[in-house]
Amino acid sequence: MTEIKMAPAAKVLDQDWRNIFRWGAICAITLVFISLVGMPAKLDLRLIINPTLSLGYVSLFWIPVMFGFVASTHIALEGMEVSRPGMRDVLTGLFTGLTGSFGLVLLILGMNNFDITDPLVNWGPPLLDLLTTGRGIGTGILGWMAASAFLGMAGASLHVLTPLLRRIVSSAILGMISIAILEDAIDDLSEGFRLEWLVDLIYAKRGGLTNKSAIIVAIVMAAVSVLAQGKVKKAKANFFALEGPARKKWSVVLFAGTAAVVIILPMFAGGYVNSLLANVGIFLLLALGLNIVVGLAGILDLGYVAFFAVGGYSTAVLTSPQSPWFAPEIGFVPALLVSVVLAGIAGLAIGAPVIRMRGDYLAIVTLGFGEIIRLLFMSDFLKPYFGGAQGIVNVPGVELGFLTISGTDPKGVFYLVLAFSALAIYISWRLQASRLGRSWMAIREDEQVAEAMGINTVNSKLMAFVVGAVLASFAGSIMVARVGSVFPNSFMILVSIIILVVVIVGGMGSIPGVIVGSFVLIGVLGGPRQPGLLQEFGQLKLLIYGALLVFMMLKRPEGLVPSARRSQELHQDEFLQDAWFKGDDEADGSDEQTASAEGEGASV
Amino acid sequence: MVIKTLLVSLVVIGVVAFIAQQIDPSNAFAQWRNPGARALTADQFKGLVISGLSQGVLYGLIALGYSMVYGVLGFINFAHGEVFMVSVYTGYIASHKFAANGMWESNFLLCLVIVLVLATTVATATAILMERIAYRPLRNSPRLIPLITSIGVSFFLQNAVLGFFGPSTRSYPQLPEWLSKQYSIITFEISGTKLMVLAVTMVSMAGLWYLVERTKTGKAMRAVAEDKEIASLMGINVNRIIVTTFGVGGAMAGVAGIMFGLLFRAVHPMTGFLPGIKAFTAAVVGGIGNLGGAMTGGIALGSAESIAPMMILEPLGVPGVTQLKDAVAFTVLVMVLLFKPSGLFGEQLSSEDRP
Repeated sequence: MTEIKMAPAAKVLDQDWRNIFRWGAICAITLVFISLVGMPAKLDLRLIINPTLSLGYVSLFWIPVMFGFVASTHIALEGMEVSRPGMRDVLTGLFTGLTGSFGLVLLILGMNNFDITDPLVNWGPPLLDLLTTGRGIGTGILGWMAASAFLGMAGASLHVLTPLLRRIVSSAILGMISIAILEDAIDDLSEGFRLEWLVDLIYAKRGGLTNKSAIIVAIVMAAVSVLAQGKVKKAKANFFALEGPARKKWSVVLFAGTAAVVIILPMFAGGYVNSLLANVGIFLLLALGLNIVVGLAGILDLGYVAFFAVGGYSTAVLTSPQSPWFAPEIGFVPALLVSVVLAGIAGLAIGAPVIRMRGDYLAIVTLGFGEIIRLLFMSDFLKPYFGGAQGIVNVPGVELGFLTISGTDPKGVFYLVLAFSALAIYISWRLQASRLGRSWMAIREDEQVAEAMGINTVNSKLMAFVVGAVLASFAGSIMVARVGSVFPNSFMILVSIIILVVVIVGGMGSIPGVIVGSFVLIGVLGGPRQPGLLQEFGQLKLLIYGALLVFMMLKRPEGLVPSARRSQELHQDEFLQDAWFKGDDEADGSDEQTASAEGEGASV
Repeated sequence: MVIKTLLVSLVVIGVVAFIAQQIDPSNAFAQWRNPGARALTADQFKGLVISGLSQGVLYGLIALGYSMVYGVLGFINFAHGEVFMVSVYTGYIASHKFAANGMWESNFLLCLVIVLVLATTVATATAILMERIAYRPLRNSPRLIPLITSIGVSFFLQNAVLGFFGPSTRSYPQLPEWLSKQYSIITFEISGTKLMVLAVTMVSMAGLWYLVERTKTGKAMRAVAEDKEIASLMGINVNRIIVTTFGVGGAMAGVAGIMFGLLFRAVHPMTGFLPGIKAFTAAVVGGIGNLGGAMTGGIALGSAESIAPMMILEPLGVPGVTQLKDAVAFTVLVMVLLFKPSGLFGEQLSSEDRP
């Protein structure tokens, strides 16, 4: 990047009103949308600071902050002058927030005067009470105008703050909210570590931080982030700078440390944390499998849930005494092996006909297959074999000879999931750099070129399907053993899409990304039926998943923790442009010509 | 290969068994898989055809949106089914307001026109907004990225509607007597609603045909579908044409939504999912990008979905065949893509555009 020239700050009242009203209007629409979709009302039950602030209000407050920030951002073009952020931008934020507040003002007035609760379920006195905090219409309207203007201003002033201050403010706020969100988990963990007194100190009796502890937590978080500033980055850089035996040594130390924490922690944790982590683990398994199919091989498989179903159903049929047609009642391990084989066959059977289709057709056809499999399991046709809509119940837990894990023992289930997740991570990691993995990535980048290079694309893609199916069948088997039953409705298309969101938010083709994605999404928001830390979200988490998917595709298609290769691929244009700029600066005319020729070649 | 043979032989055996059953239910071949075989009466058969037809034209109307967007932008707008769902909801809200003040009974036709216009407008606006917010920034990205985005949009819209209106199934108000009554046309017993669905569909198809083939906008649309860059060199505003395409597709889905609402009289947030997928299937069956093909594909799919369970699956001795209606539609999709990916009326596509 070349330097951005800074012009002096613009005059305070020289505002771009069109920009302000545009962002203000979008802000207003978003606020009304969020209110009417029922988010504040639902999340109001979850307290962040007791009794001052609930998550419901947070779900509205961040909107003006964000739009204030966005409206006052200057687009920095290379080589162009940008005015220094100053009071003018702060005012821009204030006006944007103020404009945005009119959405809620109109909503409050509307709800006070009209009654359209008939189609809109959230319209009406409860929401009105919430928005006006029960203090009457006038107070509510003025309150929102003031609050929204202030929050817009706060968002805009993030530009003005020095990096250090910005860091302190953002880490204090985010730290406070995350500590409050983690309440249930921390509460559960504290019992194992005999730290109940700390929990009693931080959290109020009915949930949420107390006023005092909120301040303390904010200060501690800010302090930690200031003290740790740069250190983590430096340590990481140092680690990657190491070579040879030193690096190996540190890798082993890091690995052992992580392993020790992961193995020891559940012993102290109660049922809540363990079952939460088990959920995360099951979705991690699924996401790792889909990561191979979508992330590495670039095949968009929307019927991935079919393999999950195959794994689940075959385990249930083989182990449950209640299976209606064929009940050999074998143990979990042989059943798992059989389901893996069956899932592999299913992968071949579904993969073989569709593999030659182009990406988007393949996506819809696999989606069709996923639905067909669910509809078949549900129908009267296969009822004598798989129990129809009533499913198969009474699936026993896991017997490993020396120990038995029943589905109701969260700790045991966690270790089971952990073992399989570790195995899946190992498989994905080894496959990624293997000959097969490299051929997947080549196919993802350009199928025709890959074929010309001598890769058997059909076989490689089929292998991706099969490996993905096998990992999904692990997850299916474990889930069935854990829940103790299997129903066709656990395998809706919804599941496929949630796994897709996990992979995409984490980062396609990146194993650390997928791990982070499943912890953040499944852990906090929850899976299709499994509650996460914020169980108040209920169905609304699906709304957030949809919005996240669109947002990630628009703004950051490589995901939160991208794999280097994938992000280069996605930003190829910018990459080439950068190269062109560099060539312009450093080399003479001839180099420039070749660089620009390359750029043209790629864009064609 | 194995799958192809298997599918074809199943279909052939089913049809043969069906014919055997029609000739004589006590025939050994008909009794082979399905001991309770009974010949379908002509009336039953006609009923199946009519219900297949009236559903098929709805699939066709929705499929037009898929086909047009695919023709112009080359990507599958997965969220198109949700545009349809939004229209069904709009129709529900409007018709309930009319039913509440009594206008629905007293002046049904006027109400219907208003509801139709309203729902079409809302559906068009949804489609255009969708294009503006989610798809336009991705115009030049790799093929799968807009598809994934459209899955996100679809998921978002479903759950937003669920949040706004609650998860319960809402039902349309009672229809007037002359619509719910049966009419007999050339020995076919057909209800007034289905007649209306057929008529409205024909009118909208004619309107679309006129727009695409006889107006300047339509010419521009065809030009953009052919080659965006050249079209823009010829002075066509490509962005505007793309927006128009989304809008027209949305309007067609809007009309289909109201017809669906009158036909089935029930709506819930997931209403758009299955018709959306089936309409895509219809578009593929007819050859994607081909408007007449989309309608034909819709009719073919609707009929297959309604007839195949009785004609192929029942003679094969499958119990509870009506539950497998949706599975039939998906099987049709898979089979078309396996045997004739360019569809019934599709052109021979270049390797770049081949499925």
